[in-house]
Amino acid sequence: MNGKYETHEHDVLVIGAGGAGLRAAIEALAQGASVGVVSKSLLGKAHTVMAEGGIAAAMANVDAADDWRTHFRDTMRGGKLLNHWRMAQIHAHEAGDRVRELEQWGALFDRTEDGRILQRAFGGHSFKRLCHVGDRTGLEMIRTLQDRGVQMGIDVYMECTVTRLLTDGDRVAGAFAYWRENGRFVVFKAKSIVLATGGIGKAYPVTSNSWEYTGDGMALAYATGAELMDMEFVQFHPTGMVWPPGVQGLLVTEAVRGEGGLLRNKLGERFMQRYDPQRMELSTRDVVARAIYTEVREGRGSEHGGAFLDISHKPAEYVKRKLPSMYHQFLELADVDITRSAMEVGPTCHYMMGGLRVDPETAACTVPGLFAAGEVAAGLHGANRLGGNSLSDLLVFGRRAGFAAAEYAKKQSWPALDPAEIAQGEGEMLCVFERQAGDTPYAVHADLQQLMQNLVGIFRTEEDLKSALTGIERLKDRMGRVGVPGTRMFNPGWHLYADMKSMLAIAEAVTRSALARKESRGAHSRLDYPKTDATWGEQNNIIRRHGSEMVLEQSPVPKMPAELQTLLAEEKGAGA
Amino acid sequence: MPEVTLKIFRGDREGGQTADYQVPVSPGMVVLDALHYVQKHLAPDLAVRWNCKAGRCGSCSAEVNGRPRLTCKTRMDSLPGDRPVTILPMKSFPVIKDLVTDVSWNYKVNKKIPGFKPRPKTEWKMRQEDVDRVQEFRKCIECFLCQNVCHVLRDHGKHEQFGGPRFFVRVAALEMHPLDGISRAALLKNELGLGFCNITKCCTEVCPEEIHITDNAIIPMKERVVDEFYDPVLKLVRRIRGEKSARE
Ligand SMILES: Cc1cc2nc3c(=O)[nH]c(=O)nc-3n(C[C@H](O)[C@H](O)[C@H](O)COP(=O)(O)OP(=O)(O)OC[C@H]3O[C@@H](n4cnc5c(N)ncnc54)[C@H](O)[C@@H]3O)c2cc1C
Ligand code: SF4
Ligand code: SF4
Ligand code: FES
Repeated sequence: MNGKYETHEHDVLVIGAGGAGLRAAIEALAQGASVGVVSKSLLGKAHTVMAEGGIAAAMANVDAADDWRTHFRDTMRGGKLLNHWRMAQIHAHEAGDRVRELEQWGALFDRTEDGRILQRAFGGHSFKRLCHVGDRTGLEMIRTLQDRGVQMGIDVYMECTVTRLLTDGDRVAGAFAYWRENGRFVVFKAKSIVLATGGIGKAYPVTSNSWEYTGDGMALAYATGAELMDMEFVQFHPTGMVWPPGVQGLLVTEAVRGEGGLLRNKLGERFMQRYDPQRMELSTRDVVARAIYTEVREGRGSEHGGAFLDISHKPAEYVKRKLPSMYHQFLELADVDITRSAMEVGPTCHYMMGGLRVDPETAACTVPGLFAAGEVAAGLHGANRLGGNSLSDLLVFGRRAGFAAAEYAKKQSWPALDPAEIAQGEGEMLCVFERQAGDTPYAVHADLQQLMQNLVGIFRTEEDLKSALTGIERLKDRMGRVGVPGTRMFNPGWHLYADMKSMLAIAEAVTRSALARKESRGAHSRLDYPKTDATWGEQNNIIRRHGSEMVLEQSPVPKMPAELQTLLAEEKGAGA
Repeated sequence: MPEVTLKIFRGDREGGQTADYQVPVSPGMVVLDALHYVQKHLAPDLAVRWNCKAGRCGSCSAEVNGRPRLTCKTRMDSLPGDRPVTILPMKSFPVIKDLVTDVSWNYKVNKKIPGFKPRPKTEWKMRQEDVDRVQEFRKCIECFLCQNVCHVLRDHGKHEQFGGPRFFVRVAALEMHPLDGISRAALLKNELGLGFCNITKCCTEVCPEEIHITDNAIIPMKERVVDEFYDPVLKLVRRIRGEKSARE
């Protein structure tokens, strides 16, 4: 093929170096595949590093009555039964082994009195189930996986952004990318690809997510023909910081409530009494986020438009030991000492339940040779994710994706790369330099964020969603005209231009799915259809590309075997 | 809103100089917010490395008014408002562009360090008291600010012979892991050049995670090297007790 590009070949190419990507890479290597890992940022900086509260696994170290069945039931109920039952079952079965494996690779979790891994309570989990390291569980996890991968000798391409998947007929053949440092293009040739690129939070202005969360993996796979599922389910975490403005959206871990933090409105009422008297602060995220939003809207909010979260009734030393990062975060960024006074919190865009439709056993997408794991994939969490179930998801399905991708690669010959596709990849990245810089990617991004917040936020209506679709079309037009000053050398304006293409496609998918689902369920709340609808409870929304059109249709939620149905109906556990 | 002048380094491997930008300061604003303002409104191609904007990923290190800091944790109102704020890239690493430096050397050093290896027949039980001291080291977010200030690297450029405080912390975490079964004393002494460190404590002062790098990691590691290589009696005692040895 064209000798103009730097080219690398791997049996398995993993796109993403967060928990899911690294776990996939480790497994694929263990299966004897040659593996390359590509990531937009430096190794060890992926979003997973930010995870705070813990990793859910029914290990029963603290509550002896816990087992996989209860974890399965909690996950399904939390997801309002829209989850793929088989994913939820596999996840509940395997999470414990994956956590133990981390420990054997050197991770140091907090301990119980008798020396085992300590577990804490979290919203929607019936038992104390979250293995944790203070409030920096994600750092421990990513460091452990990173070290393991480095010891095994993975090839990591850091600060390298994939802008296009390459195909050979209907199977994947590789990826087209650029080095952030110098803007040069690079081509990866691979027999199979694991997408582990995470979520979409940067489409919203108030978010706990980092700049990397622009929905790239979903958009890349969609363009290649893969199916997206349940894109309307965007999780707003109930507790983000609301003040000062610079830190708006920054996460306040659910562990604060897990450790006994109380929510109050400006009248001092524990308002969760009105929304979920049984579980109160430890209700699921969708319920708590709507509760805070409603309190604020009805005039009972805090000074800066949030609610008060208070942990100061616990001994100061305890708070500092169990929530050290929160203590420092508030002290340094908001001048609030959380051992003495309450935090001001409000909903923040946090997690994408929807994503690529995958096979539960192998994490295969609907395009041959393409696999997906972690936040980029859909199915496990249904309409609402429980805290702690993402980190376990990354390990369980990251491993499965890595295994299946290596197996697939063993059976395949090398694909052929198509020079025309590569030329297109180059063309779409370079054209911006030729345009007059008027409108910038930054301006279009800011407008998209505002649109998503105002029209496709926590509460939705048909009218808003329709005008969002019109707005997104207008923003696409503008993107076709933006210019980027400067050169290809580490140029953030240019990088954002690449990310914006993904964000616009994903924003459209979220909006179309939200418009289609005429009911309220989990994280999706329609003011014009406030009730849960049993018919919709049996439908997943599927999106695929048809030419340049985005088409949406429903597909029945996979039927659960009778024994799991019985299990689900049992009354134990946290309630619906 | 009050305004402040930022003097930001603009340039690349070939050289460069600072340029001035006027930025309005809002309540609670951090230096990284100010840099983002410049990108959005004044210089779209200003190169800055960051991820979390929450002090958790260690990407956004730079030198603010001469002090190595995480820009996402440095409040604008903690800096004198009547003078320009100078923002330069970390000095100990080669500049790629503007505030982004080439930190790949750190990843190379890391590769030299043998990972965790559990003792044979390990029962996976540990007491919190034994884990506490290692957890302190595991807080490291790899911001490389300690590497940046250490004179052995910054002034003497001993990147070839010296691992730097970040990696002494990493080795200490492995060596003090209650269940680890190998010794890295020879590595510390030879490849990582622990002897070059003369305990100035500059690294400890800049660590945003408040890790007691010198007292808790470097000094115990120096002692371990001494025991291992210069104190045969102690080494024998350890052997008998079944503790670690460099030559296992
Ligand atoms: C503040 C915060 C706290 C959280 N706390 C918890 C918790 O306590 N428990 C829990 O279970 N979950 C938690 N979550 C959720 C969880 O952390 C994430 O869902 C999870 O880490 C996602 O992991 P991942 O492997 O899918 O992706 P990530 O870790 O985000 O990794 C994505 C990778 O893909 C790369 N990438 C993306 N696009 C491209 C591209 N185009 N080209 C090349 N590379 C690309 C990125 O560079 C990155 O390496 C939290 C989330 C946040 C934001
Ligand atoms: S104490 Fe040692 S490692 Fe730390 S800065 Fe001083 S010389 Fe460097
Ligand atoms: S030890 Fe501290 S200063 Fe050094 S890299 Fe780690 S967090 Fe940064
Ligand atoms: S951006 Fe992550 S530490 Fe500053």
